[in-house]
Amino acid sequence: MISFFQSQTFVIAFTFLVYYLAQKLQQKTKIIILNPILVSIIIIILFLSVFNIKYESYHEGSKLIEFFLKPAVVALGVPLYQQLEKIRKQTFQILISQLAGCIAGVVSVVLIAKLLGAPKEVILSLAPKSVTTPIAMEVSRAVGGIPPLTASVVIVVGIFGSIFGYAIMKLARVKNPISQGLSMGTAAHAVGTSKSMQISSNFGAFSSLGLIMNGIFTAILAPYILQIMSIWIDI
Amino acid sequence: MIKQCAIILGCLTIGELIVSLTGIKLPASIIGMILLTVSLRAGWIKVQSVKEIADLLTKNLAFFFVPSGVAIMLYLKVIQASFWPIVISALGSTVIILMVTGWVHQVLRKKGASKVSTATTHD
Repeated sequence: MISFFQSQTFVIAFTFLVYYLAQKLQQKTKIIILNPILVSIIIIILFLSVFNIKYESYHEGSKLIEFFLKPAVVALGVPLYQQLEKIRKQTFQILISQLAGCIAGVVSVVLIAKLLGAPKEVILSLAPKSVTTPIAMEVSRAVGGIPPLTASVVIVVGIFGSIFGYAIMKLARVKNPISQGLSMGTAAHAVGTSKSMQISSNFGAFSSLGLIMNGIFTAILAPYILQIMSIWIDI
Repeated sequence: MIKQCAIILGCLTIGELIVSLTGIKLPASIIGMILLTVSLRAGWIKVQSVKEIADLLTKNLAFFFVPSGVAIMLYLKVIQASFWPIVISALGSTVIILMVTGWVHQVLRKKGASKVSTATTHD
């Protein structure tokens, strides 16, 4: 039976089914915290624990689903292209706000985690937490963090952003739709972008831009930001 | 459909090729996305030739994250040991990014807009 649960067919079908049901659950209940990704992850982890199936065997089967993350990120180039004209008119505003968001993200997460007494490798794993998983893991490895821990936090941050992001921006009086879309991608990468895509492809395009820009800025700047910060505080 | 998939996967593959040739520290998928945008812009690829598959993929982007999210189960001990520092710093910082990026962009936009309007009134 266990070996059946580890087969690629079962793992893929099960993941699809769980996600489908989680989507239905949210549509029926309209409770935003019942985010389909979050609910699916919890159900799958519970299932694996109950049947004593190792993560590695689930991962072996689910690799095929994970693979589609790559072409899906490539496909974000289409909404991005469709908004290119609007973006070109405000290159400067976008560059500066992205730079501000990138620095604010790395500095704030490191400072708060340090203040709360997190150990060094956890703090370093948290530094790139706002950018898309592949970049975040790469940066985490480069600065001495634990890449899979980074990946987990990246997903949690993305889910949080996609659930509460637009409400937080409303409270903070970020009213401009372009600013909203952009910030969503900057703070909550592809998961936040998927939320923006659901609103409209317009929001989605600016989120994709935020996700790309913060990804590139974080990949380039995070190691230096950490180096500069370590002059003042003992990370 | 086959053509559409070939284009998307083609961009991804060229992205991987660029990564392996240059050792650049960016994921192949991001490079592929930039390549696709540039190709559409340059007119090498028409939007209709990728639209359907691109819509399908981007609308379901969230689903593809589920397997990597399940990996959390491997780090439950590390997470448990620093649970509150991780949660508070990660979520607090996310709120800060949303506000900082949003505000900076909004303020710069308004400034840009008022510059344009004063320029036109002075004309």
